[in-house]
Amino acid sequence: MRLSVNGTPHDVSADPGTPLLWVLRDVIGLTGTKYGCGVGLCGACTVHVNGQPTRSCSITLGDLDGAQITTIEGIGTPEHLAVIQQAWIDNQVAQCGYCQSGQIMSAVALLAATKTPTDSDIDAAMDGNLCRCGTYPRIRAAIHDAAKRLQGA
Amino acid sequence: MSRLGTITRRSFLVVSAAVVGGVAFGYYKYQQDPANPLTPAKGETIFNPWVIVRTDGVTVITPRAEMGQGVQTTLAALVAEEMDLAWDQVRAEHGPASSAYTNFVAAGASLPFIDYRDSRMKHLAEGAMDVMGKFLGIQATGGSTSTVDAFVRMRQAGAAARYVLVQAAAKRLRQNPMALKTEGGAVVAPDGTRLSYSELAAEAVGIAPPSEPKLKDPKAWTLLGKSLPRLDMVAKATGTAAFGIDTRLPGMLFASVRANPALGGKMQHVDATAAKAMPEVKAVVDLGDAVAVVATNTWAAFKALQTVQVTWGPAPYPETTDAIFAEIAKAFDAAPHGTLRDDGNVDTALAGAKVVTSEYRVPYLAHATMEPMNAAALLKDGALTVWAPNQAPTVIRDKCAAAVGVAADKVTVHTTFLGGGFGRRAEFDYAVQAAKLAKALPGTPVLLTWRREEDMTHDFFRPGAIARMQGVVGPDGPVALKAAVAAPSVLASQGKRLLGMAPPGPDKILVEGFYDQPYGIPNYRVAGHVSDVAVPVGSWRSVGNSHNAFFQECFLDELAHEAGLDPVAMRLKLMGKESAVAARVVETAADMANWGTPAPTGRARGMAFCWSFGTPTAEIIEISQSDAGIKLEKMWIVQDVGIALDPRNIEAQMTSGAIFGLTAAIQGEITFARGAVEQQNFSDYDGLRMPQIPLFETRILQTNPHLSGVGEPATPPAAPALANAVFALTGKRIRALPLNKVVTFAT
Repeated sequence: MRLSVNGTPHDVSADPGTPLLWVLRDVIGLTGTKYGCGVGLCGACTVHVNGQPTRSCSITLGDLDGAQITTIEGIGTPEHLAVIQQAWIDNQVAQCGYCQSGQIMSAVALLAATKTPTDSDIDAAMDGNLCRCGTYPRIRAAIHDAAKRLQGA
Repeated sequence: MSRLGTITRRSFLVVSAAVVGGVAFGYYKYQQDPANPLTPAKGETIFNPWVIVRTDGVTVITPRAEMGQGVQTTLAALVAEEMDLAWDQVRAEHGPASSAYTNFVAAGASLPFIDYRDSRMKHLAEGAMDVMGKFLGIQATGGSTSTVDAFVRMRQAGAAARYVLVQAAAKRLRQNPMALKTEGGAVVAPDGTRLSYSELAAEAVGIAPPSEPKLKDPKAWTLLGKSLPRLDMVAKATGTAAFGIDTRLPGMLFASVRANPALGGKMQHVDATAAKAMPEVKAVVDLGDAVAVVATNTWAAFKALQTVQVTWGPAPYPETTDAIFAEIAKAFDAAPHGTLRDDGNVDTALAGAKVVTSEYRVPYLAHATMEPMNAAALLKDGALTVWAPNQAPTVIRDKCAAAVGVAADKVTVHTTFLGGGFGRRAEFDYAVQAAKLAKALPGTPVLLTWRREEDMTHDFFRPGAIARMQGVVGPDGPVALKAAVAAPSVLASQGKRLLGMAPPGPDKILVEGFYDQPYGIPNYRVAGHVSDVAVPVGSWRSVGNSHNAFFQECFLDELAHEAGLDPVAMRLKLMGKESAVAARVVETAADMANWGTPAPTGRARGMAFCWSFGTPTAEIIEISQSDAGIKLEKMWIVQDVGIALDPRNIEAQMTSGAIFGLTAAIQGEITFARGAVEQQNFSDYDGLRMPQIPLFETRILQTNPHLSGVGEPATPPAAPALANAVFALTGKRIRALPLNKVVTFAT
């Protein structure tokens, strides 16, 4: 199976029934995408498949031939932060941090579709991402902040 | 007081001289004994167990688990402040498992002191802390103790390092050390000559620091007291923070495990024929009480594990939730395990009076950390290496050593970032399983990951608990409160796992948040009844406070309603002679929430208070009725932490703790059928989501005479504040959690 992950092509020979999450983590070795529930309930594994936010635990390798995948590693790096990541840092969002990759992937997708989201737009887009530390107030602030910066850019 | 003193003297072991000797919290003792566990890498110089000077900055060993509470940042700041480092020169690492990093304050946290009137430090200085001598060697993160435990010790570690660096500079420059300043990680001479710590380090290493290095006047602090950028934030915003589950080593295999759903029951028979036939499967391992599959990837291990046929033995406790609670209730029939508060004469006060009687209960709860239980291990050449997101590295070391059959000094523990802890990772079960897998596959690193379903059903749960309360209230407030709490003992359950015995003395954890509150009720008795129901229980964020604040604060609301008193005014009166600090916290919250004016039409407010882990906390929540159900509109939180080391981080813990408590109050419940936990995943044990969260307004006060922790204290008042608000809104007095069994909340 041939996938593009963050612009890099990968030929993956694993069981086609393997969820993308585990292909990314255990086969390709990109561990920024997290396992939380395995059944699409918590959003920790959110990636973009052909631009759409997708729970990578619930889509299998066999359905992804030729797909363009973007993971948190493709959004930005510590040396080259994306605007959304800078907003996350400036708002000091993360606590334990485990859900944050998924949160950021959902936020990126929201801001791609809705340039100036309202609180209820944010609620609707982020409802599928669970955070047990309760970082929600700062997630909301960081998304508003990023939207402003992207508008100004 | 005298009664408390009697209990302390009678119940606890002899005091260790090292602890009483006046240097217990000093740096010197720890530098001398035990030995520094660190060994320098190339280009590094080590001054003490906390300070490593590198060529490009300073690494601070922050030996408490970073599980979201920001502890690495605040502990590193303690050292950086005294060393006059620039913040961008500072890195933090968890460091090794070592008794050099023993948490002494946590060791004393199970003592039955009353913090608001007997300061924790005073108790420790009195030597009352040696409740469990065996606990003294434990490096643990819990009880909201990290900053309190580190506050003097880690500043002294920084000051000691600064001292020797200055001495080295003085020697090189042939100047009086008193003439030298430090700033930005360098020693600066009067003529402007700058010598960086890196270039001085090698010369400084042989110089002996003073035993009690002088600390900065807090007025001169430039880092402490400020909101610092967290050291882990960039990594956590870029997916590069390494959690336990992210451990990757060459040749690594991936495993998963299934243990008996009837917790603690035996594994009678295993048939893994189908799993062994799967091409990705490398091994099926019998762990004694669980079966593990080791495969080429985690998904393959999950899949293969589902095909393993296991015959499980029965649970060592009643099979259903109702039967478990019936068993817990039986504990009321026996004499109390401890009566930690007994003011006045409650029996006389109740006799012939109009008595309000209520029974409350709370369910078992899971921790449900976002990162499921996991650990990696490698056994090679007789040495075991364990990578574990954990809250107790020395426990992990010792338990894994015993499980594998190597000496403890042959075990290296790497503490990774923790994807949530909340008390779950104070346990060691997951790490011992990984160590056993490493023993089964010597030379091969194995990463064990639990499925979410295994995590949810094999927790050390917050115990179910029942409270029976009787109260008498007059026009001036409560005159009598008699309470009995029955629950399985967290302390006994943990003690047996850790030490093979339940700790001696009255079970303070069972009644904490109840007996130790700053209420001057003239006739006031709080008794704890320990149930021996054998469902595994453990520390769940705020532990006993998590249920006792709900019991007491809702019952006080009932008494206020009974007498037609305002719940805030009634509490302020009760606190009057007991604690001005507590009263200030409640008054501040009431002011912020405009408690004195009615809530807007269609809305209602509830308030609650709890003094836990040294930190008085008041919470007021305003809710409304919508077509979709009850909506959480706004919450006000006030805490007095004595010294606010990092206000923005404290604020994060205030809202985090409150959301954790609200989640449990609204919908948290673990139930049992046929001895097994019924909840499997976030479908039936969910956390609150973003649309369900209220707006927050927080305030931090600094009038408490001592520094106190913040990881847990915001959790206990959340449930009673909300339940009291629900009563105010709907007239329904809900005495059993979760609330959503009676009322509907908007989602």
